[in-house]
Amino acid sequence: MSTIEAPPNGRHSMGKSMKRKEDARFVAGKGRYIDDIVLPNMLYMAIVHSAYPHARIVKIDKDAALATPGVLAVITADDLAGVGLAWIPTFHGYDKQMVLAVGKVLYQYQEVAAVIATSRAAAADGVELVEVEYEQLEPVVDPFVAKTDKTLVREDRENKTNHIYHWEVGKREETTAAIQGSDVKINERVWFQRCHPAPLEPCGCVADMNPATGTLTLYMTSQAPHAHRTVVSLVTGIPEDKIHVISPDIGGGFGNKVPVYAGYVCAAVASIVTGHPVKWIETRTENLTTTGFARDYHMDVEIGATKEGKVTGLKVTTVADHGAFDAAADPTKYPAGMFGICTGSYDFPIAFTELDAYFTNKAPGGVAYRCSFRVTEASYAIERGMDMLALAVGIDPAELRLKNFVRKEQFPYASPLGFVYDSGDYHTTFNKALEKIGYKELRKEQAEKRERGELMGIGISTFTEVVGAGPSKHFDIMGIKMFDSAEIRIHPTGSGIVRTGTKSQGQGHETTWAQIVAEELGLDPQTLLVEEGDTDTAPYGLGTYASRSTPVAGAALAMAARRVREKARNIAAHVMEAPLDDVEWVDYKFQVKGVPEKTVTMKEIAFAAYTNPGPNEPGLEATYYYDPPNLTFPYGAYIAVVDVDKETGETKVRRFLAIDDCGTVINPMIVEGQIHGGLTEGFAIAFMQEIAYDEQGNNLQPNFTEYLVPTSLESPHWETDSTCNPSPHHPIGAKGVGESPNVGSPAAFVNAVMDALKPLGIKSIDMPLTRDKVWRAIQEAKKA
Amino acid sequence: MKVSISVNGTAYEREVEPRVLLAYFLREDLGLTGTHVGCDTSSCGCCVVVMDGTTAVKSCTMFAVMADGHEIMTIEGMKQNGKLHPMQQAFSDQHGLQCGYCTPGMMATAIAFLKTNPNPSEAEIRDALSGNMCRCTGYNNIVKAVQQAAAELSAPAPEPVAAS
Repeated sequence: MSTIEAPPNGRHSMGKSMKRKEDARFVAGKGRYIDDIVLPNMLYMAIVHSAYPHARIVKIDKDAALATPGVLAVITADDLAGVGLAWIPTFHGYDKQMVLAVGKVLYQYQEVAAVIATSRAAAADGVELVEVEYEQLEPVVDPFVAKTDKTLVREDRENKTNHIYHWEVGKREETTAAIQGSDVKINERVWFQRCHPAPLEPCGCVADMNPATGTLTLYMTSQAPHAHRTVVSLVTGIPEDKIHVISPDIGGGFGNKVPVYAGYVCAAVASIVTGHPVKWIETRTENLTTTGFARDYHMDVEIGATKEGKVTGLKVTTVADHGAFDAAADPTKYPAGMFGICTGSYDFPIAFTELDAYFTNKAPGGVAYRCSFRVTEASYAIERGMDMLALAVGIDPAELRLKNFVRKEQFPYASPLGFVYDSGDYHTTFNKALEKIGYKELRKEQAEKRERGELMGIGISTFTEVVGAGPSKHFDIMGIKMFDSAEIRIHPTGSGIVRTGTKSQGQGHETTWAQIVAEELGLDPQTLLVEEGDTDTAPYGLGTYASRSTPVAGAALAMAARRVREKARNIAAHVMEAPLDDVEWVDYKFQVKGVPEKTVTMKEIAFAAYTNPGPNEPGLEATYYYDPPNLTFPYGAYIAVVDVDKETGETKVRRFLAIDDCGTVINPMIVEGQIHGGLTEGFAIAFMQEIAYDEQGNNLQPNFTEYLVPTSLESPHWETDSTCNPSPHHPIGAKGVGESPNVGSPAAFVNAVMDALKPLGIKSIDMPLTRDKVWRAIQEAKKA
Repeated sequence: MKVSISVNGTAYEREVEPRVLLAYFLREDLGLTGTHVGCDTSSCGCCVVVMDGTTAVKSCTMFAVMADGHEIMTIEGMKQNGKLHPMQQAFSDQHGLQCGYCTPGMMATAIAFLKTNPNPSEAEIRDALSGNMCRCTGYNNIVKAVQQAAAELSAPAPEPVAAS
């Protein structure tokens, strides 16, 4: 049974742990993922990658590859230039990126050529035989070195500098003065390391140009099929009605399947040229080394406070490593995403944050890995900062937080960096967490253990997220506003089909979307088919990432269902021979005002809509495009309890309690599952994962033997609970939850380990907190 | 090379290139796409199938020719008498899957494991599943699913109902 609190009683379909409808095919092996798609006369594509991080391409010799049986073509940047596709715009359109290396390679494993062949094996054979001659150049690996412009990563750009952009928000002078004048100040650098979403299914596509109709069908691992259709049209000039994107079942996304990658473009070009379908499926190494990385923010956190611990100001100064292209996945007007949420759950009177981004010879990215556009980095900075402040003030980190939370009566709360938090009760949620985990007893136990020289730590993270991008006034991607949509058609017999512009990658939309519509219409969720991912049938939407599906498409669904209900009410008036004003929706049925025995169900109205609509428009369907009035602000109180072995540096997570408040819960079982998964990803980031490069620019984590994914052995037990402060501006009060656990948990783990190491005088170690790193820090501390 | 492999109870005789991996033989020669491939290093376990009833093998780490003369069970062969295998039912009941990509390999490992250890402790289950990665669930519900299946599979079989 789920520990996630159900919403108030009396609900028809929402708030129930309904089993997932999509499971029927997944447990039977009948899912349809990208590599399961096989078309007649299909060709295969494989990619040649650069061995060097920074090198000029002297020559590409295709001859040996072309002589291999089954190899039909080898595509290079020169071939793409012929069709105007050597470069494509990056996500938000501020930069461009090479599809295949143009003149030089800018990072190790960069795509250099694509081999088209009649079989998977022949394509792989061909890759081995493409000979590329390189002239090595000095790589720029460190963003702080990039800053000096000694070596230029991007010679193609007009501005001869590695500096990409500067971004800032807040009041610089006033904030600096406020911190300077404070009793207590901290100024610490924390680094959120480069990591990777690494869904178990790598990226891929099947591009299928039909020469007779001129239609390009793209089956692709896409979290945003409509946005991809529009981008393909804008970039290639193919009319948008001749592009059909189908995103089949997706084996995990986590932000990795948002950008457009070289493989998609090359496969499409190859299909257009050959007239055959062309399949490209990434290897794991390609996935980890070339597709969208996440984070890589170096953040200087400055906080001022009174000697009692009341915060007076916050300043965060960030250096961002963007790799070779400015391909960060952020809305156009927000180059650093929602980083302005860095004031977190605390009532800072004033704040300022600025960021400078640099090119380096590393893979491009900056995707929102289970995160609403840099919220994870921001949350990590403030939650680590608050713990360091507690240390400086000399009070318990729980007490410091309780002293500084935004209070319940302050909502809607305007933060000093420009957000208006919709709802919350941080004190209640955190107090519930403290009580449930037995905070006082744990501190007592810790004191006893410290007496004996044992290292036990308790780590807190009380984060606030900002999700649901977003209101069209502020949010767009390449000009396209970030609304989302829903279409509902109810059939004569009372079942129906529901379509949205989002795309589930494991979140369970086929179940939760049906629950929302069933709740609004009083129908059986089992009879509502949910369909997503096909641009020819689904209404236009910007897709699933940044926890935006429930806040935006979930709202569109409720509103579309209410339109259906209003149409149905008109038909009900006709069927019950009552004036429209007298027909009410009571207890999931239409009823004549004051005559409780005179009712008609939605199922009956559905039949009437096609058989006896009277003077009303026949049929029963509606579409709604939802432009959210504000973002939503889910939050949580997380507490980790760890034991660190001082001889080996190994950390054991003894307990982890996550109390989440995501507003109205649609399906408690699914919400809890999302939290478990996100916590496990946060655990991996805190303790295991980093896409590291050596000084020569070699990627040191190119597969799962180096880039570690926690298994059932390492993964802790998760304790979950919830509070419920619905969003006041969302039609059903839901806020979104999928990313909260990944946003909030890394700081809780790190704070716990630092708390354990406190007696040794160790204040900060950057993630991942591997056994080796912690052991070294302990040895250093012993020497000091 | 010629191979004879029994897959999900059906005997197949096929000519295969010696370098063809069992995973691709199943997926591309036999069209059994329920078995997935998620890495290049034998790390993720998405490709696990059951060999000869009790052994979980990573089908990306075996050539098809190595399966010659053996019996293979994939996810497509788990159903029993048209009903979901207790493991399949348990994964759905316990919300032991989200995106579904690791699920076939995870269930294959678990089914083979319960054959050799029908009443495992939680620690034994976690140990047995440690060659299968999942990025979505955090494993808590997968462990519960295996516990549910173990309880069901080790329960005494119901008395056969006599035909009337």
